[in-house]
Amino acid sequence: MPKLTVDGIEVEVENGATLLQACEEAGAEIPRFCYHERLSIAGNCRMCLVEVEKSPKPVASCAMPAGDGMVVRTNTPQVKRAREGVMEFLLINHPLDCPICDQGGECDLQDQSMAYGMDGSRFIENKRAVEEKFMGPLVKTVMTRCIQCTRCVRFASEVAGVPEIGAIGRGEDMEITTYLEQALTSELSANIVDLCPVGALTFKPTAFTARPWELRKTESIDVMDAVGSNIRVDTRGREVIRVLPRLNDDVNEEWISDKTRFIADGLKTQRLDKPFIRENGKLRPATWDEAFAAIATKIKSTDASRIAAIAGDLACAESMKALKDLMGGLGSPHLDCRQDGAKLGKHGRAGYLFNSTIAGIEDADAILIIGADPRREAPILNARILKRARQGAGVDIAVVGPNLDLTYPYEHLGAGPQTLKELADGSHKFVATLNDAKNPLIIIGQGALARADGEAVMAAAITVARNANAVRADWNGFNVLHTAASRVAGLDLGFLPGEGARDVAGILDGAGKGDIEVVYLLGADEIDMAKLGNAFVIYQGTHGDAGAHRADVILPAAAYTEKSSTWVNTEGRVQIGARAAFPPGEAREDWTILRALSAVLGSALPYDDLAALRRAMATDVPHLAERDEIAPAGDLAEPVLVAMGTEPFDTMIKDFYLTNPIARASKVMAECSASLTPDNREGATGTHG
Amino acid sequence: MLEDKDRIFTNLYGLDGWELKSAQRRGDWDSTAAIIGKGRDWIIDEMKKSGLRGRGGAGFPTGLKWSFMPKESDGRPHYLVVNADESEPGTCKDREILRHDPQKLIEGCLIASFAMNAHVAYIYVRGEFIREREVLQAAVDEAYAAGLLGKNAAGSGWDFDLYVHHGAGAYICGEETALLESLEGKKGMPRLKPPFPANCGLYGAPTTVNNVESIAVAPTILRRGATWFAGLGRPNNTGTKIFSISGHVNNPCNVEEEMGIPLRELIDRHAGGVRGGWDNLLAVIPGGSSVPLLPKQICDDVLMDFDSLKAVQSGLGTAAVIVMDKSTDVIKAIARLSAFYKHESCGQCTPCREGTGWMWRVMERLVSGEAAVEEIDMLLDVTKRVEGHTICALGDAAAWPIQGLIRHFRGTIEERIADKRGVQVAAE
Repeated sequence: MPKLTVDGIEVEVENGATLLQACEEAGAEIPRFCYHERLSIAGNCRMCLVEVEKSPKPVASCAMPAGDGMVVRTNTPQVKRAREGVMEFLLINHPLDCPICDQGGECDLQDQSMAYGMDGSRFIENKRAVEEKFMGPLVKTVMTRCIQCTRCVRFASEVAGVPEIGAIGRGEDMEITTYLEQALTSELSANIVDLCPVGALTFKPTAFTARPWELRKTESIDVMDAVGSNIRVDTRGREVIRVLPRLNDDVNEEWISDKTRFIADGLKTQRLDKPFIRENGKLRPATWDEAFAAIATKIKSTDASRIAAIAGDLACAESMKALKDLMGGLGSPHLDCRQDGAKLGKHGRAGYLFNSTIAGIEDADAILIIGADPRREAPILNARILKRARQGAGVDIAVVGPNLDLTYPYEHLGAGPQTLKELADGSHKFVATLNDAKNPLIIIGQGALARADGEAVMAAAITVARNANAVRADWNGFNVLHTAASRVAGLDLGFLPGEGARDVAGILDGAGKGDIEVVYLLGADEIDMAKLGNAFVIYQGTHGDAGAHRADVILPAAAYTEKSSTWVNTEGRVQIGARAAFPPGEAREDWTILRALSAVLGSALPYDDLAALRRAMATDVPHLAERDEIAPAGDLAEPVLVAMGTEPFDTMIKDFYLTNPIARASKVMAECSASLTPDNREGATGTHG
Repeated sequence: MLEDKDRIFTNLYGLDGWELKSAQRRGDWDSTAAIIGKGRDWIIDEMKKSGLRGRGGAGFPTGLKWSFMPKESDGRPHYLVVNADESEPGTCKDREILRHDPQKLIEGCLIASFAMNAHVAYIYVRGEFIREREVLQAAVDEAYAAGLLGKNAAGSGWDFDLYVHHGAGAYICGEETALLESLEGKKGMPRLKPPFPANCGLYGAPTTVNNVESIAVAPTILRRGATWFAGLGRPNNTGTKIFSISGHVNNPCNVEEEMGIPLRELIDRHAGGVRGGWDNLLAVIPGGSSVPLLPKQICDDVLMDFDSLKAVQSGLGTAAVIVMDKSTDVIKAIARLSAFYKHESCGQCTPCREGTGWMWRVMERLVSGEAAVEEIDMLLDVTKRVEGHTICALGDAAAWPIQGLIRHFRGTIEERIADKRGVQVAAE
């Protein structure tokens, strides 16, 4: 613990801390461009120069380790001069186009030149100009503005795991570019825009749309995957302009995936903004009263055992609670929140959570991934695995399932159940690695569970974890990786078929055979609508996607940015998203729709406002009231080993950019899918349309 | 003046062969095993006593540098890296060693590596040195064949492998940490220090980077004794040194001389004097392109060693003497150097990346006189903002020649500007 003096203030910092951190500890602000807490140190911008006693030259504080007894000064004329000098150098070749620059108002260079720069320029030569570089559909470049801090280069190789950005040329001809000017093949690519301290990299989809000071900022939670990334939704009027990450070291650090960030235009298109009723095979706009009346007529004439409900991937806890209560009031046991058919919920809460937590990945020393594609199912979580892999010594990563590029090296053990069986009975050589590991970590994905033998696969995976001593009091390394934001809350709430009742497959089967006459789809679009047969389908949701096309009655609802709602992420972390904008047209918040419908059906739900609903939810499931916490999951139930099938594990996500109704409505996501999803990219010929 | 008996590089001019046989006849590889037999501490101590200062430009005591290497290995290998990326304009001394006396370097590598507990050494040869690399490689092969390298090298009991690596022609790769990056296969960009190479160098292992000449003189020093070497030259500036004399002299040459020889004697005796006589001298850059130039009145009696040149605000650098007579446009000469540094800046850190281009552009205007007098001081201020603010010394190297020019030839620059003004005024 070195002790040093900064501007006369004595501070003690941790071993290995840099001078910059020590200065901040002492309350001295150090300007910087290239330094970033979560990236490696480059030390190239020279903005953070400070004076250190006994050093003849000013020292780059971001790169200098704090030493015991150092005397640092940050407020001397020499330091001021050094900062002015660097500022002047940065600005001589930086265009003064702030008025037309999208970074204006949130630009580090702008802010720091106000704080540390000189009032004029002595540079009268011509400025350098740099050609734009193509970086894909998401990142717009104005490379003349680049100050070569290399944050984007370091992010791409260190966090995203795709070393595709680099600097070419040297001296003042140095330019940042992607490999052969191709789009970055990362699901995290747009984070480089957040990192860029100037306007060289800006968001292409929102170019010239808004100024940061015009936007209202709302802190919320993302629902594009089950990670529950913390986001900030920026709105202007009723319109969501952009989504930015919020800091949460336990979940997403400060990154978000491209889908999370650029979904906003999907919130504006294909929206359901009024109720619809199908008459003579065609949907017609209707009033809420007409829609509710149509539903009431059908439901009252149908036996409760012939009514079923399915909750989709974007359903919030409140809506599932209300729908569950509504179905309970009707007396129907057929409900399911696992629209992909994953065999979850049989082994207690620990049997469907990412128990080790996302931050816990950093403590793992052996990782076994079964039937999951974390890179596309949860890019943020994958970045955490990469972070662990990059820490070097002592982590063995292995995969059972599809052999995909996960951005870090791993051992591919096999494609399916046969390998898993060997791991479970101890005959596989990787078992030794798991046994030797202090904190073995097993991740099982939906690709291994959403299949007929899912329960057997689950039992085998739990057995592997137990045999490796991965489930103990101080460490639970058994992890289920979800793909749906709604899933854990649904399982917590017990939005599952009652004893002997039908699950999703059963409901679809029943509907096809005519045994199920009414199906209530709560934003469920990922099921095969053709299997619904002649059933009367009520679709409550946000977008005109598969469900709405099949529906007999459509109830327009609010998207995740348009309501206050509870989400439980794959770790079991309860988080509350806030309303940033209002739903379009006549669309309403989900729980209010269900509450109104219940009154029409004659058994009004016992809550009249959101607080009362949440109280009722907390009575059922107490931990849903514990915001930002992970309630203890309890024990992992004993597995019963049964024979698995032979089909290899498949991945859930075929196209990362088109996984939900909002994404499918987004033009930006469509563009990404066309140019970045490998299958689509290979099919593109240039004249393919 | 250096006597022939005290000469280390007896084949500097290639009059004898470079082959191992010829080199051994000249005394190389004579009882190398015995030197190694005296032990690590003795070698380092002897090098310290000899007073040898690094010949690559900075003049850091070589023995002291060797002693920075960890005494015991912590499991990581140790490396010696020889910097043969000789690219400083005006400097061509290492080239001659590689061409004509490669065995001196190879023997030095073995001894130095033993002294710092390294079993592997690399020689990083400048990209443009094609023939030199071929000779060096052939010499290494010969040494392997003769058992002087490899297992139990030269019968010393020390296993030693030597690799020749060919650079790709970037000046910055002569900076020791950029050289290590390049050797590792990365882009040649200087590293941040600390950590210093002695702790964390090539592949993260303790590494010492030495100049070719520093290593090549080591065997002779150890054979003839530190006292002999320390007896040459002046205190703190001991021994002999190869000087590369180029420019406006009658007989440009490389010559090994005693440290501290007067500049005038060096030029007159070995280079045939300044073209048109000593009085035709305008200025001399005494240590390769990166040190400030000296006007004639200083050249008259300055001594050629580290401390004497430092005292006149210049430096010995690589001891590459660039002579300019009165026909020289000294502003243009320095502007050319500015263009060189702008071209060779790696672009990593701000002051050098942006500053070298700015300085060069202003210099070009000073050459034509299309500038304001105030811009001279502005340029000087810019050089001060580059100097000492960069990761490596290239920023300093770009700043110093301009500072030297303004220090000694401000009048010339002002005249040039005034002339241009005059012409413009007359035209109007």
